[in-house]
Amino acid sequence: MAENKKPGFVDSVAKSQIWKSIFRTGIPVTRRQRMMGVLNNVFLHLHPVKLPKHAVKLKYTWCMGGLSFFLFLVLTISGILLMFYYRPTVEYAYTDIMDLSEQVPLGIMREIHRWGAHAMVIAVWLHMFRVFMTGSYKPPREFNWAVGVILLTLTLLLSFTGYLLPWDQLAIWAITVGSNMARATPFLGHEGPGASLLAIGDVNFVTMSSDIRFALLGGRFVGEGALLRFYVLHCVGLPFIVAILMAVHFWRVRKDGGISGPV
Amino acid sequence: MFDWLKEIINLLSTPSISFTLLAVIIPFVFPPTDWFEKWHRRLGLHHLWSIRGGWGLFGLITAFLVFGFFDENFGKILSKPDNVPIMMLIYFVFFFVWLSMHSAYANDARLARGEKVEEDYGPDEKVLVWPDLVYIELTALVLMTVFLIIWSVGLPAPLEEPANPSLSPNPAKAPWYFLGLQEMLVYFDPWLAGVIFPTFIIVGLMALPYIDDNPKASGYYSFANRRVSIFIFMFGFLALWIFLIVVGTFFRGPNWNFFGPFEEWSIAKVVPLTNVNLSEYVWVKLLRIGLPSHWLVRESVGIIMLLLYFGVIPVVLARGKLRGLVERLGPTSYALIIFLALAMVFLPIKMYLRWTINLKYIIAIPEAFFNI
Ligand code: HEM
Repeated sequence: MAENKKPGFVDSVAKSQIWKSIFRTGIPVTRRQRMMGVLNNVFLHLHPVKLPKHAVKLKYTWCMGGLSFFLFLVLTISGILLMFYYRPTVEYAYTDIMDLSEQVPLGIMREIHRWGAHAMVIAVWLHMFRVFMTGSYKPPREFNWAVGVILLTLTLLLSFTGYLLPWDQLAIWAITVGSNMARATPFLGHEGPGASLLAIGDVNFVTMSSDIRFALLGGRFVGEGALLRFYVLHCVGLPFIVAILMAVHFWRVRKDGGISGPV
Repeated sequence: MFDWLKEIINLLSTPSISFTLLAVIIPFVFPPTDWFEKWHRRLGLHHLWSIRGGWGLFGLITAFLVFGFFDENFGKILSKPDNVPIMMLIYFVFFFVWLSMHSAYANDARLARGEKVEEDYGPDEKVLVWPDLVYIELTALVLMTVFLIIWSVGLPAPLEEPANPSLSPNPAKAPWYFLGLQEMLVYFDPWLAGVIFPTFIIVGLMALPYIDDNPKASGYYSFANRRVSIFIFMFGFLALWIFLIVVGTFFRGPNWNFFGPFEEWSIAKVVPLTNVNLSEYVWVKLLRIGLPSHWLVRESVGIIMLLLYFGVIPVVLARGKLRGLVERLGPTSYALIIFLALAMVFLPIKMYLRWTINLKYIIAIPEAFFNI
């Protein structure tokens, strides 16, 4: 670059003290700057600085793991916004949801959240399918595959617990159908095989008000207790576990030798 | 218009027929053995995975959905807001099955010619994450955001009447991703369909890397090197999961009765319940002596049959066809695998027993909620 050329706007911003204090490496132009840029950024350094060429091909990963993660972030943000408006009680839940569409101008947060959740379920399935088809679950990635299966299960449970919250007919009956199955859990459900064995004399331990379904619903049917429990699980409990497992999952992708590829 | 075609499709959609078609087609499409491979080529099914085959599949699904959309009854079900994701699921599943098989066949052809696979650029071909990966991620993220916004503006989220615990809708359906399990309720009691089978699916998936000890084809698409495992996976994924979801969503109406896609969901449809337990078949119809009073005697036939199925078949296979597998994996892993595999096959077996001889339970001990 010529010495006496006046620095442009971008250059002067990039050389200012404020910019430099945030992004220490400056605008990533040289190879070294680009590598340092990834290394010095807490988010970007989820990635290695260099990757084998096939790993960045869309045709290989379909970007499905990344999209699953992105959708999780979208759901977190839109979910937090929804929590400003929504009260998990039988009295308010339904009307709060109504208000979301009727009172909030241009409100599409509920849609973003609902359709995003469906999309995440699909993305996670397709990610699993990709990992299967490239044989990427084979050693040394067995454990990360198992972590993924748990993430898949939790994704479905997140979706399921959220389904109840609008408290409309669709919601409570879908959850009733789903949770009725828990009634039949062997030993732990009051209509499950073996439950009657857990008794002393005539006193049954596993009854309608002490079995696993009761624990899930906080009651004998889908009511006030269930709404609160599903709300807490949906907004705090499950996302907490998912976030931890995702951290493990991403860490292990790196530690298992980076993205899989032909040796 | 086209009523005859609708009639035919309604008939073909009956679970017994459509499942049979699918189960027969899958091994020819994803051939696990040389014999199937031969027919796969002869029937020209490998063209499915060419570019043209992909467009063909796409056209077929689209034509069917468009055709369905203009039908009064099918249109009603297709346009339910919560069913939109399933239509996307159908497209995406077809597309990605096609894409992965397309890549796999291309790689197989390369390997057969003695070339390297497509993913293999050699150990020194590295790219920088900034910008080569970051810009792809950014693009994907922006496209996904645009997609979600369009979807959200175009289609309001459904909200039905307020919850009413005393007014049960008919049919009452679980969320779509669990409809495969709800569909299993037709054939099994809830403790199996809702608890045991899901557990097996999760355990089975987690065990997969330990079960599949074929070290070949890791890190690139390939079919030839892994045809048995891909066949099994496709059967489980497409026939036992996706297919059951589609049936549960589109073909199950009031009282969980079957309705063809072009049939009206009428509450009045009566399907006679004529299912019979195995014990009744044996003691009442065959031996004509009436049901024994003790449950152990009554159910002995079913118990013996299941013991044979889960106990004797593994031993026979271990001595015969699967001897090599036992030697490689050891008895414990072998026992786990074969148990999971038999459990998976048990689902279609029970489905066929229901469709052919109206069998209700193989073992029925309602006293203890133990029905199989
Ligand atoms: C919430 C769900 C999940 C998220 C956010 C997620 C995210 C990711 C990401 C970002 C990657 C990097 C490569 C890629 O994008 O393909 C990855 C890789 C991987 N994932 Fe997931 N994943 C999830 C669920 C699953 C599931 C359900 C499975 C399998 C059952 C799985 C198994 C794996 C494996 C084995 C790898 C390494 C693949 C390789 O090295 O090629 N993950 N995941």
